Amino acid sequence: MRTSWVNLLAAAVAAPMLPGLIAKTKAAVAGRQGPPVLQLYYDLIKLLRKGAVYSRTTTVFFSAGPVVSMAAILAAALFVPLAGTASVLSFDGDIILFAYLFGLARFFTVTAALDTGSSFEGMGAAREATFALFAELALFVNLVGLAKATGTFSLSGLSGRAAESLGLASPGALVLTCLSFFVVALAENCRVPVDDPNTHLELTMVHEVMVLDHSGPDLAFILYGAALKLTLTLSILAHLLFPMDLGSPVKESAFFLSVLAALSIAVGLVESSMARLRLLRVPRLLMAACVLAVFAVALQW
Amino acid sequence: MVGRLVELVLVAVVLADLFVLASPPLAACIRAVALQGMALGLIPLLLHRDGWSAHTFLIAFGMIALKGFLIPGMLFKALREAPLHREEEPLVGFSLSLILGGGLIALAVALAGKLPLPVGVKGSLLVPAALATVMMGCLVIVTRVKAMSQVLGFLMLENGILAFGLTLSRELPVLVETGVLMDVFVGVFIMAVVIRHIQLEFGSMNTRKLTALKE
Repeated sequence: MRTSWVNLLAAAVAAPMLPGLIAKTKAAVAGRQGPPVLQLYYDLIKLLRKGAVYSRTTTVFFSAGPVVSMAAILAAALFVPLAGTASVLSFDGDIILFAYLFGLARFFTVTAALDTGSSFEGMGAAREATFALFAELALFVNLVGLAKATGTFSLSGLSGRAAESLGLASPGALVLTCLSFFVVALAENCRVPVDDPNTHLELTMVHEVMVLDHSGPDLAFILYGAALKLTLTLSILAHLLFPMDLGSPVKESAFFLSVLAALSIAVGLVESSMARLRLLRVPRLLMAACVLAVFAVALQW
Repeated sequence: MVGRLVELVLVAVVLADLFVLASPPLAACIRAVALQGMALGLIPLLLHRDGWSAHTFLIAFGMIALKGFLIPGMLFKALREAPLHREEEPLVGFSLSLILGGGLIALAVALAGKLPLPVGVKGSLLVPAALATVMMGCLVIVTRVKAMSQVLGFLMLENGILAFGLTLSRELPVLVETGVLMDVFVGVFIMAVVIRHIQLEFGSMNTRKLTALKE
């Protein structure tokens, strides 16, 4: 596999389009016109030109939150294979680093939320940490299954070979892994049924409530980080679903982009067709994802 | 290719088990068990694709009609008369039974590896899926308090036994199979009537109310 910085840069630039596509899908299903697909770019530019407001009760943790979490997600991007090329960095065991870079991003978001001293943000932080506990377990069981199937411990080898080796040995395991990973991706990216990105009711918000106090460039970093995280998780899923070795880079990129677009539309359809689950039900959903992953691992024995 | 299709169908069968373990609405559970029965009905067609006989068609058709339409229809009819359409307060919670389900799947795979099986069946998902379905059916029967859930558990148990029988279906005579199907049908028929009577007598399907004897 080739490595390329070009793909990484392209993904970093194109990332804000995926949330736009999801919003567009939801609008289309609801019969509205919806915001343009490029809306997030306008939002980001607007936010970057504004100044940030900091509450006097906050400390350095609050201002560090958005910066560190975006930096952690950017660092995680180095390990993700994009459009059939190997990731920029990779070594045996980087799956653990990758998972915990996401963990680091979440930790700093949660710390920043707690730092404001607002009771609602504390509630959101507690929920986020609880859900993350289950999502992480499911993610790791999935990774164990994939590592067992492909015999590699690096993210790019793992997802690059999964579609071929696992698909041939046990299609059931591949289907289960993809299903489970899709649920984990929805949870990681705070989408419906785990969290509703559009809600603005403090009692029901999870991720949104944690970032309420951020403004200006800080909010832009958070929004961009979320978009990039969505792109990264969906591109791993895309690599699990289809083998990306098509021969020519142009073909691979076109195929990869269409799979990403299809996955975002799928996320949009999921969001249009169901409501957010009750808070107490979310751990059950994530446990189900975990059990599916266990099943996939058991199938390979 | 055939083996892969069978595997996907069997994965769906086990997913239906997990769904019943994890979801309280009874109507959705009945639908899941109906789909499970229909999926099992497809397996003889997929397994013996080289030589389809009247026998295979009979089994497949009988299973799909009975398990996919007739039995669920009766259960839905019984459910319509009940005031509560959800399983409530099971002895083991839904999340915990889901986790137990995961454990049972692992156990089933481990057990299937140890069993002395005919060569053709070894390594296929058929036996682990059958064992897992049987065990999860037992789990549902033991832990749920609604009579309807217990019937569903019984159906899952039976589906599992049937899946186990499918490994040998070429040798099994039609008569035995129809006998099994009729047994189940009569069993579910009686249970549907019993549920109705429990319902009329006590105004609820909760089996916990059936612990004390009356004169």
